[in-house]
Amino acid sequence: MVKLETKIGKLRLKNPVMAASGTFGPEYGELVDINKLGAYITKTITLNARIGNSPPRVCETPSGMLNSIGLENKGLDDFIKNKIPELKRLKAPLIASIAGDNANEFQELAKALSKVKRILALEINLSCPNVKHGKRDFLIAQDEEATYEIIESVRRSTALTIIAKLSPNVTDIKNIAKAAERAGADAVSLINTLVGMAVDIDTKRPVLGNITGGLSGPAIKPVALRMVREVYNSVRIQVIGIGGIMDHKDAIEFMLCGASAVQVGTANFVNPTTSIEIIDGIKNYMAKHKMKEVRELIGALKR
Amino acid sequence: MKQLKAKIIENRMIAQGFYKMRLRSECLAKKSKPGQFVEIKCSKGHEVLLRRPFSVHRILNGGIEVLYEVIGRGTKSLSARGKGDSLDIIGPIGRGFEFSGGKRRALIVAGGMGVAPLLCLAEKMAKKRIRPYVMIGAKTASHIICEKEFKKIGSFVIVSTEDGSKGNKGFVTGCLTALLSTINYKLSTIYACGPHPMLKAVANIADNHGIPCQVSLEERMACGVGACLGCPVKIRSGGYKMVCKDGPVFDAKEIAW
Repeated sequence: MVKLETKIGKLRLKNPVMAASGTFGPEYGELVDINKLGAYITKTITLNARIGNSPPRVCETPSGMLNSIGLENKGLDDFIKNKIPELKRLKAPLIASIAGDNANEFQELAKALSKVKRILALEINLSCPNVKHGKRDFLIAQDEEATYEIIESVRRSTALTIIAKLSPNVTDIKNIAKAAERAGADAVSLINTLVGMAVDIDTKRPVLGNITGGLSGPAIKPVALRMVREVYNSVRIQVIGIGGIMDHKDAIEFMLCGASAVQVGTANFVNPTTSIEIIDGIKNYMAKHKMKEVRELIGALKR
Repeated sequence: MKQLKAKIIENRMIAQGFYKMRLRSECLAKKSKPGQFVEIKCSKGHEVLLRRPFSVHRILNGGIEVLYEVIGRGTKSLSARGKGDSLDIIGPIGRGFEFSGGKRRALIVAGGMGVAPLLCLAEKMAKKRIRPYVMIGAKTASHIICEKEFKKIGSFVIVSTEDGSKGNKGFVTGCLTALLSTINYKLSTIYACGPHPMLKAVANIADNHGIPCQVSLEERMACGVGACLGCPVKIRSGGYKMVCKDGPVFDAKEIAW
């Protein structure tokens, strides 16, 4: 009998497959049994409403896509008042993704969302490439000190499991992951998107309204695998693998590299039932390789 | 909205670069409404990653038709799919045209590929014995699509081309203004689909004449269901709405042109 349970901080998931922030929502309820997911991560919530970036916001690139949504959301109060009642009907564990301009905003978000019973963990989005945080001209996840400051302040505001979402747009991701660990994060999730752009040679303009956007999809998987392995080898907290996962084979690659769980993002757009198929695929793989627990798979990469 | 497999009955070029695809699906035939769209996985593998949105062009007995122009990798890949192939489709999606029949006169304005969802609407009108005015505009004669189909169901068709190679010379909006000066347009509704500048001009004409106007919009999409917030359109009351979920058909007054 194969057991798919996995642990992220204090959170026990019935299986290691989650839907990534910003790529999935209750809208998919008509097409997918959302309750089968290990966890469901909300679109990033900010303290105040954000209007988002000018269109076009998405475009396809070779084996991937660029997006520059710009964290469009209606803000914390609207989320608690209008979204929570809808999400309450889901049985899958709910993880709230949050982003702020400064430590105070992160703390306020963390405090408010910790009071919502259905939310079991917070994913701290330190790495959205499409927004500027306050006066900084870099992402929080591009700076060790800023990462430490934000995670530490969230740690003081909540008892929930904290997942720090890291950016691949850095010189050395290990140092950022270590800073998050020191500050009290229970886990790190990586990678967020790689900053990129696309050009229309007929109009001689950037395709995206925001000029640059975040690259996701199969194109980024090799980068993500490398970073997951590096981080797994340098921290003791759990690692969640993200980046171009399209099927169970991709998910298993991440787990072999050290991921305790994975997040499926872009693939949801291609085939909404991808996550569910991955859960079955991992189960079959484990049975075939005579593994009883997910633990045996995590970090089992040979060299 | 369902995710389903639909067999290709026919996928043929009807004019240089323009294709018409007939798909077998009882579900899509039953559930689709004029103005709604489907998201099609164009390639078998992931060479074309994201689904592509296509208007429901015609609702048939036991299936639907989509009309498309080969522009990029998605439509190129779709044009290579053959009879008997099975396509992975999500649909029908979105808010279609609001049309209740009754005594209202229907003025249909199509720019280029904008005919795609509008033939579906005209065919539904025909079933209620309504004969709309249909204005079709395009760059040149070979890009005028569906003229015959609209005529077949009794529509009054007015054609215009930018180069004057067929019908009136100029923009389709010129035909609309001319028509409005000759008919009693009180109790009319305009239904339009086409390039953004054309829709903006149509919305402006409608507004000046006090005629209700519904526009079908197009935007690059990823999810197609309202989850990714990738297909925004700026609205007059502030902020954005999503073309996939809140549209693709909008009241022209709602849009911040």
